[in-house]
Amino acid sequence: MILQVKNVTKRFGGLTAVNNVSFDLKEGEILGLIGPNGAGKTTLFNCINGVYAPTEGKIIFNGKDITGAPTYRSARLGLSRTHQVVRPLNELTVLENAVVGACYGREHMKLGPAREKALEVLEFVGLIDRAELLAGTLNVAQKKRLEMARALSAHPHLLLLDEVLAGLNTAEVASMLDTIRKIREQGITIIMIEHIMQAVMSLSDRMIVLNYGSLIAEGTPEEVSQNPEVIEAYLGDPDLAARLLEEEKA
Amino acid sequence: MKKLLKPGLLIPIAFIVALALLPQFSANKDSTREAMFTLIMSIALASSLNIILGYTGYVSFGHIVFFGVGGYAGFWAITVLGWHILPAALLGGLVAAVIAYLLGVAVLRLRGAYFALATIGILEAMKALVVNLDFLGGPIGMEMHFSEYKRYGGPMSSLWMIFWSMVIVAIIVIVVSYYIKNSKFGLGLMAIREDEDAAEVMGVMAPNAKTWAYVLSAIFPGIIGVLFFFKNGNIEPGDAFRLQFSIEWIVMIMLGGAGTVLGPVLGGGVYQQLRKSLLTSPLFKDYQLAVAGVILLVIVLFIPTGVIGWLRTRSAKLRRVFE
Repeated sequence: MILQVKNVTKRFGGLTAVNNVSFDLKEGEILGLIGPNGAGKTTLFNCINGVYAPTEGKIIFNGKDITGAPTYRSARLGLSRTHQVVRPLNELTVLENAVVGACYGREHMKLGPAREKALEVLEFVGLIDRAELLAGTLNVAQKKRLEMARALSAHPHLLLLDEVLAGLNTAEVASMLDTIRKIREQGITIIMIEHIMQAVMSLSDRMIVLNYGSLIAEGTPEEVSQNPEVIEAYLGDPDLAARLLEEEKA
Repeated sequence: MKKLLKPGLLIPIAFIVALALLPQFSANKDSTREAMFTLIMSIALASSLNIILGYTGYVSFGHIVFFGVGGYAGFWAITVLGWHILPAALLGGLVAAVIAYLLGVAVLRLRGAYFALATIGILEAMKALVVNLDFLGGPIGMEMHFSEYKRYGGPMSSLWMIFWSMVIVAIIVIVVSYYIKNSKFGLGLMAIREDEDAAEVMGVMAPNAKTWAYVLSAIFPGIIGVLFFFKNGNIEPGDAFRLQFSIEWIVMIMLGGAGTVLGPVLGGGVYQQLRKSLLTSPLFKDYQLAVAGVILLVIVLFIPTGVIGWLRTRSAKLRRVFE
């Protein structure tokens, strides 16, 4: 098991954003994390990589307890992530952004090798032409790729992708999906939060579904998509679709 | 070694060396030397502050506190313990560094305006402390006996010795500043400046890195404080902890370009020259600080990156020459 999330709960005052969530993740897997808006998906990511300390529960990464450890420690151990709302280092170049990832990530490289690694990763995500531009000048799709480049240049064991497809057009989504598949081929385990169902279903080996902070379903994409509780979470009423069809006939 | 021969480093050093040699070619050697001393001192102080302000993005408003405590420590060692100026200057730097480390661990948790305000608080607290310490002369401060200069071959050669020490310290500051900017450590600092949380997610140990940046930016003002007050012959709390001076350092950095090596060098030189002409002009002599305020405002509004920063955005070629 590369990651074990054990009974994690995160409360903000009276609001329980993540409620007693547990799951395990095998090495090399792509795990899809879905759920309606406000279900606690990003909060769960934040608990895993240390942005928040969970109120209760444990996070075990590669056999080490990283519950509540600062983000830089989990990064050092090989846990990288991208941000849903992109956070480029605006006044640094695209290359320097990626070099930061390589320098301070799992391999803690020196500046020279880090540069090589960063260039290699920029080539891989398709930003090599823009390496010398300031990161602030990129468009949204490119900034998402930059988030990915920074995370990948750390050479992580586990990559948390937080809605990397959101805001991209159809062509951009297709090429991003391709990139994610290639990342998996490198042996990097992935958890991805995604709203575009078709995309996340086609990529994931397994999926988990959050609703109001609780884990309501777990399984293969097929199992999850037929789970009545999941349909209810998304549509409000599991019989709604069926009823609508009947009304249509009548 | 190859790294040391880059224009980004050579230009600022050449600039300082040129300033340092100016008194030799001047009709009035002594007054030129004094003017250049002030100028080079400003450059060194602004460049030190630039490490925490420009590279790391933390505005240390009360940075003169390190100039003050270093100055006091060194001055005390010279007058009371009878130390030579050289170890006394190093002591000043060490004391400033230790205090910066202890303060840094506590205060660098604050961000933005809160940090800036806290540094002013530290400055005022330190001033109040020194005023109440009798062994440091309390509110009157300390004086050095004139005979102290005998050890260095009389007052005149002491002044020259201090001048050249200042030049050497300034060059060391530039080398350190350049080295930090081009190191992995410096890259981490700049990542913190851009987005501290994102930097931490990428693995930058921000609390540590910030503290060391703060310590590095405090050492040199500590050393320079000792040189300055030794030259002055006396030290008092009002001079050692004057907030206005550290605000002027910020103006120098912003004028030249925060986060660049050459910026504070150029900004320090230009600002100090301007200040001198304002102070000696009958019309503006009382408004020198007001002019500094206006300069700061204009820079922040129109060229927030400063002169060097602005030039760097113009072309890739300039980016390679100016660091």
